[in-house]
Amino acid sequence: MHLKYESFVREPLVDGDKTYHQVTEDIISPIEKKPGRMWYVGFFFSVALLLLGVFSVTWEVYYGIGVWGINRTVGWGWDITNFVWWVGIGHAGTLISAILLLFRQGWRTGVNRAAEAMTIFAVMCAGQFPIFHMGRVWDGFFVLPYPNSRGPLWPNFNSALLWDVFAISTYFTVSLLFWYSGLIPDFATVRDRAKTKLRKRLYGLASFGWTGTAKNWQRHEALSLVLAGLSTPLVLSVHTIVSFDFATSVIPGWHTTIFPPYFVAGAIFSGFAMVQTLLIVCRKILGLEDYITIGHLEAMNKVIVLTGSIVGVAYLTELFMSWYSGVLYEQEAFKWRILGPYWWSYWAMMTCNVVSPQLFWFKKLRRNVPFTFIMSIVVNIGMWFERFVIIVTSLYRDYLPGSWTYYSPTWPEIGFYLGTFGLFFTCFFLFAKYFPVIAVAEIKFVLKTSGENYKKKMETIDAKSAEEFKHELDHAHH
Amino acid sequence: MAIKKFAVACYDDEEVLFPAVKQVRNSGYKLHDVYTPFPVHGLDGALGLKETDLHVAGFIYGITGTSTAVGFMSWIFCSDWPINFGGKPHWSLPAFIPITFELTVLFAAVGMVLTFCYLNQIMPGVKKHVFHPRQTDDLFVVALEINDHTNEAEVINFLKSTGAVETSVQVAESEWWFGRWDKKEAYELA
Repeated sequence: MHLKYESFVREPLVDGDKTYHQVTEDIISPIEKKPGRMWYVGFFFSVALLLLGVFSVTWEVYYGIGVWGINRTVGWGWDITNFVWWVGIGHAGTLISAILLLFRQGWRTGVNRAAEAMTIFAVMCAGQFPIFHMGRVWDGFFVLPYPNSRGPLWPNFNSALLWDVFAISTYFTVSLLFWYSGLIPDFATVRDRAKTKLRKRLYGLASFGWTGTAKNWQRHEALSLVLAGLSTPLVLSVHTIVSFDFATSVIPGWHTTIFPPYFVAGAIFSGFAMVQTLLIVCRKILGLEDYITIGHLEAMNKVIVLTGSIVGVAYLTELFMSWYSGVLYEQEAFKWRILGPYWWSYWAMMTCNVVSPQLFWFKKLRRNVPFTFIMSIVVNIGMWFERFVIIVTSLYRDYLPGSWTYYSPTWPEIGFYLGTFGLFFTCFFLFAKYFPVIAVAEIKFVLKTSGENYKKKMETIDAKSAEEFKHELDHAHH
Repeated sequence: MAIKKFAVACYDDEEVLFPAVKQVRNSGYKLHDVYTPFPVHGLDGALGLKETDLHVAGFIYGITGTSTAVGFMSWIFCSDWPINFGGKPHWSLPAFIPITFELTVLFAAVGMVLTFCYLNQIMPGVKKHVFHPRQTDDLFVVALEINDHTNEAEVINFLKSTGAVETSVQVAESEWWFGRWDKKEAYELA
């Protein structure tokens, strides 16, 4: 009999009749097989998109930022919109792996590996935008603080834009370390069952020579816990600092103290939506429905409805404050946001982010896979519009009516954005093929408390009265 | 490099492993190590292992990051190259907080992972002896160090009596070494 007990109210986290070996088999065997036709189609389509992005960026670097639609009034357009959007998406992975670890949420084990991978790839995509927005990208190293021949002139450490450099690079590094430290034992599993020489050699390198001694596991647990503790404030700090890019300026529509929590909630909202999009496809193609169950999808939908509602409250608070502040410029900025030439982006944001996620209050819809899939895409469209609304509709009508303008993207901007999709999905397809998509060791760790078959075995014990149970337990020990 | 002889027992359930570990520790045989496919809570206690101090190392790395960031920015803005930003004080501590926080986390995380790798003696290219290919899959492996004077049959019988599903005697390298995982080592071929 297992020593831990979990209530029957909780759904099993692993469905079906699983043993430890079966878990390994289910999760590792897709790595050992040739990928299906769908994988090749998806992978080459992603590579094609990536090449389109490379072409668009090359064009931009060669001819200069002037090939983009941005102008003197709207200095930040699709580039920064996409940057904030991708960084936001990158928040779900660390939230799942760090914050839910501290909250002891068992369901994170099924989804954390893929969500963390998604985080890393999304941050990689996000980083491209500020780098190439620099224009003279070959001078990009100017942001690094090192003794130099330019003065010595240091970067301005009081600037929110430089804080961003530190925040994003730290976030990327720490997420990567957290992710990889979890992958080491699973790579060792792949290595030890490898049949081909090349696989044995490569996964031998990737596993760092892990063998799983008791002491190593003890340190591994300590490392995971502390990294989770460090990542929890980190994940909140990153989007807070991104929001400072706006909030520390004096642009009406940006200069508000609500931005940090509002951005963090939005980031988690869009991040979970992207996790849903990816995992619904992944569980189907890789046959992992037993590990990423409807219960997992429902739990994430609950996070989506919560954060969606927080975002909704933030939108209304912003509107109220612009009126209540009595500042004419604030009031005008919000009037033009809602009713101006960009009214469609505001209402797309409102519908996709605030109205439609409310449908997730219905349990039937939360547990409906096709509906969840559609909603996950709707939410990400909505969140893209949120960033567009904040950036473009605060800038296009500034203090001087003479410089009012209208901004629309040109093909290199659109190509660049599509290119980051290419980068993201190319990485994700490679991940799905060569990496254990689910944390094998962590699933085994929760299997005996939360596996369906093990929970069923507890039913007979659960039916017994306390006296009866105690009697049997005493008897068994003598 | 130290080639040694081991008596190896494999268990298929952690509930059998715990009493077995207890018996092995009481038996007087020299316990080399226990290998498990996932972290088994309480096993470190059952083996008499001390709690790790890795988190203390993390704290030290963290405050190193904090002081690096604060010290560096203060030195630059107050002494090395003071610049007037809109009449604000040179030493504007609140504006230093974001970078200070990020460097604290960065130093702590990077330092801890490197320490973790160092303590566990793991890095790309490192090879260690695997007593059973399923020790990273579904078997819990206990390895005892024996020598030429040990009665092998007696050890094996003892291990079987503790509930082992598989036992063996292996001659193996006891430490780590640099090597390729797809190649067999000389001692394995002998």
